[in-house]
Amino acid sequence: MEVGASQQRMAAFLRDNHDKVVGSWSELVAAGLRGRTSPQEVRRELEDLYSLIIRDLSGTDENAAGELRAVLDELSRNRARDGFTPSETALSVFSLKEAVYELVAEAADLVPEYLAFSRVVDDLGLRTFEAFSAAREQIITDQATSMMELSTPVVRLWDGIIAVPLVGTLDSARTQLVMEKLLETLVASGADHAVIDITGVPTVDTEVAQHLLKTVSAARLLGAECTISGIRPQVAQTIVSLGIEFGDIATKATLADALALALKHAGLKVVPA
Amino acid sequence: MDQVPILKIGQTLFVSIQIDLQDESVMLLQEDLAAELAATAATGVIIDITAVEIVDSFIGRMLATIGSISRLFDAETVIVGMRPAVAITLTELGLSLNGVRTALNAEKGLALLNGRD
Amino acid sequence: MDELPIQSGDDVVRVRQHVRNAAASNGLSLVDQTKLVTAASELARNTLIHGGGGVARVEVVKSANGRTGVKLHFADDGPGIADVDLALTDGWTSGTGLGLGLSGSRRLVDEFELKSEPGAGTSVVVVKWSR
Repeated sequence: MEVGASQQRMAAFLRDNHDKVVGSWSELVAAGLRGRTSPQEVRRELEDLYSLIIRDLSGTDENAAGELRAVLDELSRNRARDGFTPSETALSVFSLKEAVYELVAEAADLVPEYLAFSRVVDDLGLRTFEAFSAAREQIITDQATSMMELSTPVVRLWDGIIAVPLVGTLDSARTQLVMEKLLETLVASGADHAVIDITGVPTVDTEVAQHLLKTVSAARLLGAECTISGIRPQVAQTIVSLGIEFGDIATKATLADALALALKHAGLKVVPA
Repeated sequence: MDQVPILKIGQTLFVSIQIDLQDESVMLLQEDLAAELAATAATGVIIDITAVEIVDSFIGRMLATIGSISRLFDAETVIVGMRPAVAITLTELGLSLNGVRTALNAEKGLALLNGRD
Repeated sequence: MDELPIQSGDDVVRVRQHVRNAAASNGLSLVDQTKLVTAASELARNTLIHGGGGVARVEVVKSANGRTGVKLHFADDGPGIADVDLALTDGWTSGTGLGLGLSGSRRLVDEFELKSEPGAGTSVVVVKWSR
């Protein structure tokens, strides 16, 4: 049986039995939501959804599919915001099958059409689940970005000397952010010396070292000299055992040592007052 | 093909690259600079790339080559005004521009050249 | 999708500008725009010089999770690359090799696919996604 014709028969059936099906569906959904939404609200939501589903099935309206998707996504978001689980939202959609089945079983007609219809409703229900996941993913990504921004300050230590105290692991995403902020600050402040402090970086392996070398390389292209400070004794041993070479980049144990070196390069001296 | 003008101020040659250069123009600049260095006994070259949005390996190599050529004439080259996005991209490309010095702007570049005595 | 010829140095400049516009109007950050255009410059030049001329196709694409990206396809009917693996190797600190264009470009983009055989031309497809 042609899909188009089957769906159209189903659409006609849904139209003819509108009140019974929507009524049944609303009851099932309200029961599933355990009274957290009023029956009238539920019925209103479902009425909209129902007409869109009929329009989509009858295949006469090109925009119906897009509108249906948009309404489902909206429903998903609202339910998530109101504290419902994605399963509860999906079940609301799935229970349309049950509402329709009651009538189809009675009439013992339209069974093949029902099967095709059932699959369509399954897809719709799954869609609400996907929308929920996608919204969650976006929140997580946004939070991760905020965290990275917050933990990458660039501070001015003295005229022409800036410092980047790194805290946490240095992966490639973080390195990109560090490079961008460091270089922008170099341009804005006109600094010619940058100290990259890694006291707060828990492990320095070959990958982290490569990221550091990249960052120094980029800063040098802007004419800035760099010093890496905060090399803890354990880290020093790891670096040597891994055979990592920092070449001509000055490295110091503490930020204070690095500042002293930078001041010396700037031709400055700290003397008692 | 566009010819990039070379200014001489004191002992320094100034080049400011303002537009998206085509490969032939890049080669022409290299030749022109070599000729100027030979003719004027300039001791420094400042190449201002503040307006340059893209530096690929070809232009990068040109800059490094100019550095080598000027050294043959006992002159030093300083590249100034590299944009952060360009610096990050060059680093990712793996071009380190060894042999040329860099500075944030022409003023600092000049200070660098004059300080070398 | 836009198709641009690569038959001269001016064409390479045009490709750069076209890619720059596509990247800027599709949500790529400034650094990502710069990386994509630089990669395009390398690949376009390869197409012109090693491939004997060819074509560049610029397309805006959408990922499964809704992100927008810019996809570039460089194709030529040139001599092809005999040893693809060799052409793609290099340590990031060695900045002088001729093969830097290909391996370097790969680092600048999110997706990179190279197909080439001696006598059968070369095709490079790259994608850069917005974040």
